[in-house]
Amino acid sequence: MSGETHEAVHRHEPPKSFIRKYIFSLDHKVIGIQYILLALAAVLVGMTMSLLMRLNLSWPGTNWPILGTLFPGGAPNGVMNPEFYLSLVTMHGTIMVFFVLTTAPQGGFGNYFLPIQIGADDMAFPFLNMMSFWVTFIGFVVILAAIFFSGAPSTVGPIGGWTGYAPLSALGQIAGPGQGMGMNLWIISIAIFCVGSLLGALNFITTLLNMRTRGMSLMRMPLTCWAWFTTAVLALLSFPVLLGGGILLLLDRLAGTSFFIPAGLYVSGILSGTNPNFPLHTGGSPILWQHLFWFFGHPEVYIAILPGMGATSHILATFARKPVFGYRAMVFAIFAIGLLGFFVWGHHMFISGMSPYSAVAFSILTLSIGVPSAVKTFNWIGTLWGARIRFTSAMLFAIGFVSLFVAGGISGLLLGQSSLDLPMHDTYIVLGHFHLVMGVASIFGMFAATYFWFPKMFGRFMSERLGQIHFWITFVGVYAIFIPMHVMGLVGMPRRYSSFTEYEFLRTLHPLVLFVSIAAIITIAAQFIFYFNLIWSLFKGKKAGDNPWEATTLEWSTASPPPHDNFAGIVPTVYRGPYEFAVPGAPNDFVMQTEADAEVPGGNGHAAHRH
Amino acid sequence: MATRLTGTKAVPKKGTQAGGGPGFPGPNGKGPRGNGWKGGDEPKRRLSAAAYRITIWVVLAAILMMFAALSGVYLLSGRDRLQKVGMPRMFFLSTAVILASSYSLERAKRSLRLGRQLHSFRWAETTLLLGGIFLACQLLGWRELRAQGLYFSGQPHSSFFYFFTGVHGVHLLGGIAALVYLLTRMRQKLAPLSEKTEITGQVVSIYWHTMDGVWLWLFLLLLIWK
Repeated sequence: MSGETHEAVHRHEPPKSFIRKYIFSLDHKVIGIQYILLALAAVLVGMTMSLLMRLNLSWPGTNWPILGTLFPGGAPNGVMNPEFYLSLVTMHGTIMVFFVLTTAPQGGFGNYFLPIQIGADDMAFPFLNMMSFWVTFIGFVVILAAIFFSGAPSTVGPIGGWTGYAPLSALGQIAGPGQGMGMNLWIISIAIFCVGSLLGALNFITTLLNMRTRGMSLMRMPLTCWAWFTTAVLALLSFPVLLGGGILLLLDRLAGTSFFIPAGLYVSGILSGTNPNFPLHTGGSPILWQHLFWFFGHPEVYIAILPGMGATSHILATFARKPVFGYRAMVFAIFAIGLLGFFVWGHHMFISGMSPYSAVAFSILTLSIGVPSAVKTFNWIGTLWGARIRFTSAMLFAIGFVSLFVAGGISGLLLGQSSLDLPMHDTYIVLGHFHLVMGVASIFGMFAATYFWFPKMFGRFMSERLGQIHFWITFVGVYAIFIPMHVMGLVGMPRRYSSFTEYEFLRTLHPLVLFVSIAAIITIAAQFIFYFNLIWSLFKGKKAGDNPWEATTLEWSTASPPPHDNFAGIVPTVYRGPYEFAVPGAPNDFVMQTEADAEVPGGNGHAAHRH
Repeated sequence: MATRLTGTKAVPKKGTQAGGGPGFPGPNGKGPRGNGWKGGDEPKRRLSAAAYRITIWVVLAAILMMFAALSGVYLLSGRDRLQKVGMPRMFFLSTAVILASSYSLERAKRSLRLGRQLHSFRWAETTLLLGGIFLACQLLGWRELRAQGLYFSGQPHSSFFYFFTGVHGVHLLGGIAALVYLLTRMRQKLAPLSEKTEITGQVVSIYWHTMDGVWLWLFLLLLIWK
């Protein structure tokens, strides 16, 4: 063999030029921050859209002059038209699910901390890592383009919802405003996003399997790494399905195929094949799109939540000063949730005319996810049990995560049963359920992660006082927003309707709708405390040391912020599991993973005694 | 015995595996070797050949998942809705050609093991040539379909013929590009092959055989399920 060196050896010096250092950087830490910034920008767009929707719902018919100025087509005279509202629904969902909940937890924090926590100096394929971010970024640009070039002045994108059900999504302009160019851009953006996520997933899996440092066996990895790894596996196996489906959908729209379009379709008063705008279609099946979409869609839910679970376990242990209760069970629960996630997509389709026998099978599988979920919840409570908790902002958000996960998960047990889902489907109870358990819970996981890791990433603490204010307003706020939605759903309020006041039986709900909107406005306002805290703390935050939280894992064994190759040329050696808090006999109440037994007084003799 | 310096109320009883530490090693064992789960023995600052093999399988897992989903769409489209399309004769030929290409790739690997590099190079070139012939056959197959009056647009069954061959062809093009890269490396380093060239060869071979298998699956699917 020749002594040729390998590209994967990146004993790298930090790059000098601004562009190589901050823009087209190969450093996983910079790429992680880029992902987080992308999510922080995307969440502003998604949040603004939800605000506009709340305004329309709770003050119907009110003239908002600013809306009329900004969107003369969508809100003539400042009053929102229904198509505009529907496009807000679509884009809010799309941007939040893809560009916030999938990017920040995995691409952001995962990118930054997975290599450090396993003791690697970078990802296995830094170039692919950079590509994965920039491809995702292009996807974001395209989805923004769908807002401005939707093909209809009255919308800010397609109007079919984030699920883009066929045949509405497969027909083109004839299916409604925004369903022409807006829908094309939407599909293209999602397809690009799939490619970016696949590149990322490939990197996560390869890195974790091959680049762990000396002593870092799988069962010594922090639970965050397990969560990111499982998430990457889910992404690897589910995004190709969406990509394939997206290509088929695009072909139906642009190449005249009929994969998802049935024969004899009659839309907007036109029969398929009788008009040049609506060519002849034969023999397709719209249900197939639902199968493809939800085969991706359900794992996607876990892609959003699992990293939050990992971060929560990590942070709970650190601030409870106790080991994670049942580490092994936690690992298997993560895996079980990920695995079961591939067999439950049918529970999104109970009303699609599916055979009742299939529905029962999907129900049983869905409810069985309750088992690993309960294992995780009980283990979190077990971790907190009897602990002398340090109530930092990060800890509050981690506890908030547990609370929201339980509160949102309970209604999942209702919706997962086909007989109960039939009346509840497409009502506000579904909104309340998935916003709590998937949306807000994973956002809480990310808030916790931000407060927790900010000192490592930037060498300064975030303001605790602002963090606590942010937590309490947000925590109370999200419950005030989403719990009433369950009530609305039980009354029968359908989701996605731009107005409900025409329906006699829903009019009594107006005070509740108003309450939710006011809670939403306050909660959204509170998020600017967080944005302010981020920026303020970058420059004025209290200086943090290398290990400000007295934590045990590898990221705390290096400088804050870590040097370019993470451990300044040292290859860390790992001697123990990740959560060794409150070890009897140890001089401190935490033993870092890098501490050899000889460095822990009392340790060796004790061990020799036992073995 | 050291004093208790913990933030918790309860001291774990001796012998329980509360979470490890020197006195109570916990479930993770002690020392740098870990607890028997694979990995973590030596710091891996660079990727080994095995790592690249894992990587290509990870890539293939994603690709196979997409083909599985597309096959699912085809199978669920329902036989009654599929109009019968006669299998173009060219696709029988292309199936034979791609099977032959896998054979020649195996010959290339065997020659390499026997130390006959020139033979190996020739067999790899043959593989490349067969790959090119395969793609040409696919295009001719499309022409046959068109001659029957079956176009990409229209009823789903004929769309699937074009779509499956097209998507598979794009993936095979990736394999051809990798094979060209491998051949240029083999040409540059005829005397002893570098480690990297060997790894590239392994990766290309795994990818090529899998794409061969994918075509066989798609071919049988289109042939039988209609």
